Amino acid sequence: MSVTDKIFEIIAGQAVLETSDVTMESTLEDLGIDSLGLVESIFAIEEEFDITVPFNANEPTNSDFDISSVAKIIEGVERFLKEQAG
Amino acid sequence: MKRVVITGAGTINALGHSVADTMTALAEGRCGIGPLVFRDVERLSIQIGAQVRGFEADGRYNRQQMSLYDRFTQFTLAAAAEAITQSGIMFSGELAAKSGVVLGTAGGGVSTWDDNYRSVYEEGKNRVHPLVVPKLMNNAAASHVSMEYNLKGPSFTVSTACASSNHAMAQAFQMVRTGLAPAMVTGGSESMLCFGGVKAWEGLRVMSKDACRPFSANRNGMVQGEGAGIFVFEEYEHARGRGAEILCEVAGFAMSSDATDIVMPSKNGAARAIAGALSDAQLNPEDVGYINAHGTGTAANDKTECAAVADVFGQHADKLMISSTKSMHGHLIGGTGAVELLACIMALRDGVIAPTIGYEEADPECALDVVPNEARYAKVNVVLSNAFAFGGMNAVLALRKV
Repeated sequence: MSVTDKIFEIIAGQAVLETSDVTMESTLEDLGIDSLGLVESIFAIEEEFDITVPFNANEPTNSDFDISSVAKIIEGVERFLKEQAG
Repeated sequence: MKRVVITGAGTINALGHSVADTMTALAEGRCGIGPLVFRDVERLSIQIGAQVRGFEADGRYNRQQMSLYDRFTQFTLAAAAEAITQSGIMFSGELAAKSGVVLGTAGGGVSTWDDNYRSVYEEGKNRVHPLVVPKLMNNAAASHVSMEYNLKGPSFTVSTACASSNHAMAQAFQMVRTGLAPAMVTGGSESMLCFGGVKAWEGLRVMSKDACRPFSANRNGMVQGEGAGIFVFEEYEHARGRGAEILCEVAGFAMSSDATDIVMPSKNGAARAIAGALSDAQLNPEDVGYINAHGTGTAANDKTECAAVADVFGQHADKLMISSTKSMHGHLIGGTGAVELLACIMALRDGVIAPTIGYEEADPECALDVVPNEARYAKVNVVLSNAFAFGGMNAVLALRKV
C-alpha cells in the first residue's frame, strides 16, 4: 500500500468514514475530526510509518507539519520519511 | 453555618521548601522551571519541568518509612509538618476524633508504578517489593498524615485531575462550615515527573518544550511541576479560642461539571463555577480584587478562562487582577490548587499580587490585567482560586481577608 493509501485509511478510520469519502482536498474539519482526533491521527501515522511528527496542539500553524488538507498531510509525511530515513 | 479560617500552611515545590521561601519567589517572579533530571529523560521530547531540587528524603525519613512513602507522600508529609506546626493545633481527644484529612492528587504514586513496571517488564524480574500497593495508592499520603497527626475523623483522597486539590479543599471547607469537623487538614500533592509520567503527557501534545507563558499570545503549552501544599482549615471560634494566627478566611466555593468534552474546556462550565463561588460566599463580583487563574498556558484554557471571567464579572473584569503562578511553579496537576492557594494568601495577607511571568505578547483573547512579569502591591479583600480539570470538572474557592 502506498503512503497515500495508508494515510487515507488512517484518516477515514479516525473519521469513521469510508476511504472513498476522503479526498485530497478534504480538511480535517470537513471530515469531522476534532483536536483529539487529530492527535490520535498523528499518533497512528507515527506508528504506521515509524516516524516522529513534530506537532504541538497549542500552535498548530507554527508546527513543522501542515495539516490544512489531506494532501498537505501526505506531503508532510513523505518529507518526514525522507528526512528520518535510516 | 460556621466561619472557616486557615491557621496553617505548608509547602514544598520547585520555588521553595517552605511557605516563606515560596512566597518570596512568587513575589520576585522567580521561575522554578528548568531541565528535567531523571532516568531516561533523553528519550522524552519534553525535557523541562518544575522539579523539586535539594529535597533529601533519605535523611528525612527512615528506611521503613522510605519503603512506604512514594515521592508524593514524602512531599505531603513535609508540607503537613510545616502547616500543622505553624497552626499550633494539637489533635487529641474529641478534636482528634472529629478532625480529618482530605487531600487531592491526580496520579498518586506515579513513580512507584513507573519503577515497578520497569522492573517487571523491562528488567524481566518476577518479584516486586511487598509494599508496592500501600506505597502507590492515591490515599497513601492522606493516610500517613492521619497516622502522623492522630486525625481520626473523615479522611479520604479526591482525584479530579487538575482540580483535585480545589475539590479536596472544598470538601474540607464544607465539613468545617457545617460543623461536622472542628478542623481539617487539606490540600494536595503530585509527583509525576518521572519517565512514564511525562511520557504519558507528551502524547497529548499540549506540553511546551521551552516555557510556560500563560495568557501570552505566543504561549505554546503547559509545563509540569511537582510538590505539595497543605493547610489547616479551622472553625473561626475554635481558632480564636486558642489564639491561633489566622492567615485568611475561606468564604465559599462552587463546583461544576462541563458535561461536554473530555479535554476541551467550556466557558460555561468555568463561568458557572466562578459565579457559584461568589454566590456561595455571598459576595458581589465587585468585591473580588484578584483571581489566581487556572492559567495553564495552553491555547484552549487561557482564552476560555478569560472569556468565563469576562462573562461573570462584566465591566469589573477589567478592574481586577488575574495571574497564573504556574508560569513559576509549573502545573502541579492534582496538587496545583493547593500551591496556588499560597498566592491567594499572600495577596490577602501581605497585599502582594504574584505575577504571570514569561508574558511576552498581548493576546486579544486574553485581554485582562494578568499582572505581567512583575508582582504588584495592592490591597485586596477577596480573591478567587480557579481550577478547571480535564474531564470538565471545575472547582473554585473564594477567600477573604480577616
